[in-house]
Amino acid sequence: MEIGLSHYLTVSAILFTLGVFGIFLNRKNVIIILMSVELILLAVNINMVAFSMELNDLVGQVFALFILTVAAAEAAIGLAILVVFYRNRGSIAVEDVNMMKG
Amino acid sequence: MGLQALFFYIFAFVAVASAFMVISARNPVHSVLFLILTFFNAAGLFLLTGAEFLAMILLVVYVGAVAVLFLFVVMMLDVDFAELRAGVLDYAPVGALVGLVLVAELILVLAGNWVTPEAAGSGASPIPPLAERTNTAALGDILYTDYIYFFQIAGLVLLVAMIGAIVLTLKHRTDIKRQDISKQVARTPETGVKVVKVKPGQGI
Repeated sequence: MEIGLSHYLTVSAILFTLGVFGIFLNRKNVIIILMSVELILLAVNINMVAFSMELNDLVGQVFALFILTVAAAEAAIGLAILVVFYRNRGSIAVEDVNMMKG
Repeated sequence: MGLQALFFYIFAFVAVASAFMVISARNPVHSVLFLILTFFNAAGLFLLTGAEFLAMILLVVYVGAVAVLFLFVVMMLDVDFAELRAGVLDYAPVGALVGLVLVAELILVLAGNWVTPEAAGSGASPIPPLAERTNTAALGDILYTDYIYFFQIAGLVLLVAMIGAIVLTLKHRTDIKRQDISKQVARTPETGVKVVKVKPGQGI
């Protein structure tokens, strides 16, 4: 059985859904939500690379590289905000994020 | 079943299983470690598709930097994670329903063989044969020419992220003594030394 585009797309669809499900499941814990976002971006990357292979076009890999860059920046900023929030409130529960000032 | 198919199923199964463990593990440290396992297997999938450079970058950037950053933060924050997990199953039925619908839609729409075979090779920059040009070199060929502006913008995004993270987390403490170098350099013999005439046998 030949491994083709649809196999990779199925794997990435399952990973994407697990990421969305993770946000539903751990809606109190910001760290796990950030990890779920990373899973979603990984699924998008697998899509990009699979289409790059199928269409024999290198542009998909270039864009996967850019998505990787943005994901790394997002993780750094998200964790920095998390650390500052923990310093101010002493908690990382999402439901405590109801104060927009100070 | 060829060797490629065998490795594809190994990588895919472990990636999906560890992704499930990421969202369901009790301990966030275990979640991060399973996230690392997911990234390793995704890198294996990338290798199977021929994207060697991206596979290595995924290992270096994600496992080496992002996952370790997550690990740092999880261990640094002194949070009662058991309390955060309370009521974790309240929304599980809704989430499972949404997830099932989503995955069914995605697989039905995406995994149908709707890409025409003629579309292959008609892209803007076809992949050169591996014997002529390696994946990394071919990627560099177009990344530094056709996509140079995107490349620069990606660098700017990283710079902004770095400055933002530093500005957010840098805490300037006022209750400790600091060295003031300009004050030290500005000292002259006139301000620093006081000449006192001491009479013999008297002291100051």
